[in-house]
Amino acid sequence: MNAAAPVATKRSRRPIPWTVIPFAAILTALVLMAIFAPYIAPLDPNAQNLLARLKAPGHEARGAVYWLGSDELGRDVLSRTVYGARVSLLVAFASVILSGVFGSVLGMIAAFYRGWVETIIMRIVDIVLSVPAILLAIITVAVLGPSLYNVVIVLALTRWPRYARVAYGQTLSVANMPYVRLSRFMGAGWLRLLGRHVLPNIAGALIVVATLEFGLMVLFEAGLSFLGLGVQPPTASWGAMLSTGRNYVATAWWIATFPGLALFLLVLSINLIGDHARDRLDPRSR
Amino acid sequence: MTDPVLTVEDLKITIGGKPVVDGVSFQVAQGEILSVVGESGCGKSMTAFSIMGLLPKAARFAAGRVMLGDVDLRALPESGRRKLRGDEIAMIFQEPVASLNPLMKIGRQIEENLAIHRHIDPGEAKRAAIAMLEEVGIPEPELRYGQYPFELSGGMCQRAMIAMALICRPKLLIADEPTTALDVTIQAQILELMKRLREETGTAILLITHDMGVVADMADRVAVMYAGRVIEEAPVGNIFAGQEHPYTRLLLSTIPRLDGAPKTILPTIEGTVPDIGQWPVGCRFNPRCPLSDSHCVESQPPLTPRADSGNAACWHSDRVGAIL
Ligand SMILES: Nc1ncnc2c1ncn2[C@@H]1O[C@H](COP(=O)(O)OP(=O)(O)OP(=O)(O)O)[C@@H](O)[C@H]1O
Ligand code: SF4
Ligand SMILES: [Mg+2]
Repeated sequence: MNAAAPVATKRSRRPIPWTVIPFAAILTALVLMAIFAPYIAPLDPNAQNLLARLKAPGHEARGAVYWLGSDELGRDVLSRTVYGARVSLLVAFASVILSGVFGSVLGMIAAFYRGWVETIIMRIVDIVLSVPAILLAIITVAVLGPSLYNVVIVLALTRWPRYARVAYGQTLSVANMPYVRLSRFMGAGWLRLLGRHVLPNIAGALIVVATLEFGLMVLFEAGLSFLGLGVQPPTASWGAMLSTGRNYVATAWWIATFPGLALFLLVLSINLIGDHARDRLDPRSR
Repeated sequence: MTDPVLTVEDLKITIGGKPVVDGVSFQVAQGEILSVVGESGCGKSMTAFSIMGLLPKAARFAAGRVMLGDVDLRALPESGRRKLRGDEIAMIFQEPVASLNPLMKIGRQIEENLAIHRHIDPGEAKRAAIAMLEEVGIPEPELRYGQYPFELSGGMCQRAMIAMALICRPKLLIADEPTTALDVTIQAQILELMKRLREETGTAILLITHDMGVVADMADRVAVMYAGRVIEEAPVGNIFAGQEHPYTRLLLSTIPRLDGAPKTILPTIEGTVPDIGQWPVGCRFNPRCPLSDSHCVESQPPLTPRADSGNAACWHSDRVGAIL
């Protein structure tokens, strides 16, 4: 029991390793870029200039500088990349929150009540996990039509079982800990048991899942928009930019490269931060 | 004897249809410490869990009555039992460190019980928790209030758990091997604390243990269990003065002597407690009993009054004194 003290103290005081710091900085920069897009983007992301189509980075036209070049409609790639961060982060954030809350609650309930509740919830989890996400996405879009909100709905519907599985497994082990049994003995109701005793002790594992999922969600949104199932033109989204840029890689490489680079940096930094969070929060790796 | 705080009557618990507790009866009076002793697996914890109405999923309450004062706990709905748990009946566990939530401050955990059972404001709850920490002998209670379990030693954690259990002033405290995980000095301190609190608050204590040393130190009365039954039960002085069941006698002979007598190898009772569902017919102790004869193998002895006070279940209780 005394052996636990230095470990736990070390945990709370351990500095963030230098390998993670630059990526934390990149992530922060991307988030700020999304929030303050109107102040950062030099030009209107949707303004077309048919005289300045497919211009290379650094092109100047009518007093405006296209620092990262222009696309096939003469829109500023830099401004569109900056605005595209909004879509990526918004979709990822909203779908992680929705699926995370929904999945965690169901997983906890399944593990806590066992019996038929457990059977039903975990069977649904298995079923949803076995349906290909892209199929569900196509069906949903066919029914609801393509839009930003429907992308979030699709992602939330397909991703919650990941959290349910983790919450279920973790709750099973925590619910058998003496402190949970003791609290139940002392007359605590289920809400108190789950909220005060179970959730804080499984939150670490769930946060780790959420960070890894966040990176995946950014990619999924890009993928759906790339397929035309996501955000609709003219709204800037990294996935949609990649999709059109693909047609011009030989002649105007900058259209796909810069949003692709931003996407790469965002997912990389989130995954690295997620790995680090796993080391910090997962009790098994303490 | 004053009115009993707890009455257990003819309790029967089964697991998968096989009995694990088989007709156990006892009473605990206000301010009394009843010690339930017996080897591992004889059904002590099952008996305790059934009092709280919280048997493990596999186990079934097959028969019997559990009365808290004159409330029949079996007749209450679960919501009614939940109100009593932590308020009128409290429990402390064997694993003091694991029994505290690692991510919750000590003070909050002690207050939790108040929050569940009493409607008092946070300031008052905090004062009560700090007073309780002081009462269980934790130094610098204000500081400890804000600390996490990992910052406390095992003995401190056990004290904190006792504080949790006693904050609502329960009539009955069930302590299931409360000191097994602690070293000897701390163990003595915790036992001392429980005795003092019993004197101050009049809480009745059901003390489950397999340590006869703890019994000698703490108990007012003793109930010895073997294979799901109480086989001897009497005031502690009488039990130590003379036994009328061979198992009790052998159990007592296993106490290590602290009086400086040369350290011999700790005697143990030969054989093991039979597994559930594998109890021998007749007296369940007969395969291990030095006095066993054909009568013992055929029929099970009932609990009958001992010569002085209490009861014992042995056909040859008059010959037990001659063993060893
Ligand atoms: N959850 C369970 N499922 C099945 N059998 C169980 C379960 N818990 C206990 N048992 C069995 O019930 C019997 C009585 O167990 P109990 O825990 O009451 O013993 P005990 O006297 O408290 O022993 P110990 O001194 O080891 O704590 C044992 O034979 C045990 O194997
Ligand atoms: S009844 Fe017989 S077998 Fe049982 S304890 Fe007494 S002497 Fe031993
Ligand atoms: Mg036990």
